[in-house]
Amino acid sequence: MLRIPCPFCGDRDEAEFRCGGELPREIPQPGVDDDAWSDYLFNRDNPKGLVHERWCHSFGCNQWFNVVRDTVTHRIHAVYRPGEPRPALDGPCATAAKSGG
Amino acid sequence: MRGYSFASLLGRALRGHRGWPPAWRSADPGKAYDVVVVGAGGHGLATAYYLAKNHGITNVAVLEKGWLGGGNTGRNTQVTRSNYFWPQSAAFFERSLKLYEGLSRELNFNVMLSQRGILTLAHSHHEMEALRRWANAIRINGIDSEVLTPAEIGRLVPLINLDARFPVHGGFIQRRGGISRHDAVAWGYARAASALGVSIVQQCEVTDFNIDNRRVTGVSTTRGSIAADKVCICVAGHTSVLAAKAGFRVPVTSMALQAMVSEPLKPCLDTVVISPVIHMYVSQTDRGEIVVGGGADAYNSYAQRGGIPLLEENLAALIELFPAFSRLRLMRQWAGIVDITPDTTPIMGHTPVRNLYVSGGWGTGGYKAIPAGGETMAHTVANDAPHPLIAEFGLDRFESGALIDEGAASGVAH
Ligand SMILES: Cc1cc2nc3c(=O)[nH]c(=O)nc-3n(C[C@H](O)[C@H](O)[C@H](O)COP(=O)(O)OP(=O)(O)OC[C@H]3O[C@@H](n4cnc5c(N)ncnc54)[C@H](O)[C@@H]3O)c2cc1C
Ligand SMILES: [Zn+2]
Repeated sequence: MLRIPCPFCGDRDEAEFRCGGELPREIPQPGVDDDAWSDYLFNRDNPKGLVHERWCHSFGCNQWFNVVRDTVTHRIHAVYRPGEPRPALDGPCATAAKSGG
Repeated sequence: MRGYSFASLLGRALRGHRGWPPAWRSADPGKAYDVVVVGAGGHGLATAYYLAKNHGITNVAVLEKGWLGGGNTGRNTQVTRSNYFWPQSAAFFERSLKLYEGLSRELNFNVMLSQRGILTLAHSHHEMEALRRWANAIRINGIDSEVLTPAEIGRLVPLINLDARFPVHGGFIQRRGGISRHDAVAWGYARAASALGVSIVQQCEVTDFNIDNRRVTGVSTTRGSIAADKVCICVAGHTSVLAAKAGFRVPVTSMALQAMVSEPLKPCLDTVVISPVIHMYVSQTDRGEIVVGGGADAYNSYAQRGGIPLLEENLAALIELFPAFSRLRLMRQWAGIVDITPDTTPIMGHTPVRNLYVSGGWGTGGYKAIPAGGETMAHTVANDAPHPLIAEFGLDRFESGALIDEGAASGVAH
């Protein structure tokens, strides 16, 4: 069971949340070729390691926010609100919030 | 290669089962191959076997970072069926089921195919309407499927609780569907490929591709560099990781799909029962264990272990539908990393790198596809052109928009 630190409500159990998947890359400008559109719409980095993703606290405050999580250990390294800059993750413990389980 | 037969079994039994030769040869990596297959799961092994058997290409190595069949092929719940909705999927999965029907003989290895029928349930009037449409589409594709009333389901599966929290409104059955033995499929293909000259190399992780002018020339591995004219990626949940090493991205998300088995029981359930809505499916193995599974944990994962919330959901659904199972003890629970595509149809064929091919995106349902997957991939690699059955499964469908949305047939129903 993950313990996810919602930036609005604090630590809650995974069952209250919905994962919205990896943060997409920047939306392409109109007029780019099919290749670029298809890459934006369908392709994913799907990293083995740290992933930047969106979660929604659906059975809580119902707000979306961003999570930096390790896909191998499931450890949550940081959470941040929409619009906030991506936290720098240089040290092993550069967490903006407590880690998940 | 020595054949397995009743006489050979009996002879060995009388001599205390001593002196059986190894089923397949565990090779050391060579310097160069015509084809290198990455990943010794069912798809990699079957591809190597059909390259040797159907196309005479025997200078082939299958490189495996762990042990043979240790990925999803050895972790799945063995559901074998062809009741898909779209004609492209139906043709492909029906070919696979046909190959399964002759596989024990073809490989001289008992894959224990048991066509006990696979029953899909509906829990509301509207779901029943959708199921009827699906069942009819299957028949129009020339594949067996039969709609059943709740009373017929009660007779077929006496332990089921038809008046559950979400009552059973009906269902449909593919009687040719069922289960088979996953380890036997991996070992059967390994043994048959090895006998034709294919090298199976374990403990050999592919760490990079050698690419010259957008054409693959070999792979780097933890056991040295290996040259290859052609390379085929068959690594399931690690498809994105290997694609990234070759310099391209794929429409794949890796997630943990879990399953569990109970202590063994006397025979009590001789059908596979699937409920897409309450997210649970169950069958009983020949050893008597009750096998239960459901959907994947709903976030990216490479952890190869299942989360507790989903386990609880699966078991709650199981106990509501089969109250008698509430007293069972679970023996094991595990997970595999499945490679899910946006339309839940596999990705097979060319990649942006020349002579580099991919067979992936098998998601939660690629076990049943192993024979046809291997056969069509071998054709594709040998001829550098997609086999007609998989012509529409290429990566290019994400550019043309011609997705094959099999969510309904392969979402939870493995
Ligand atoms: C719990 C569970 C239940 C399932 N139930 C069903 C079911 O009932 N019916 C069904 O049809 N399907 C089912 N599936 C899906 C099915 O198991 C898979 O789609 C199928 O086994 C995929 O086969 P594969 O050969 O592509 O992958 P795998 O068997 O996973 O093989 C890939 C291999 O590649 C190796 N590898 C990875 N990276 C590298 C590298 N860099 N170098 C070398 N080797 C590497 C891995 O170690 C692995 O052995 C289920 C899956 C799971 C996890
Ligand atoms: Zn919240």
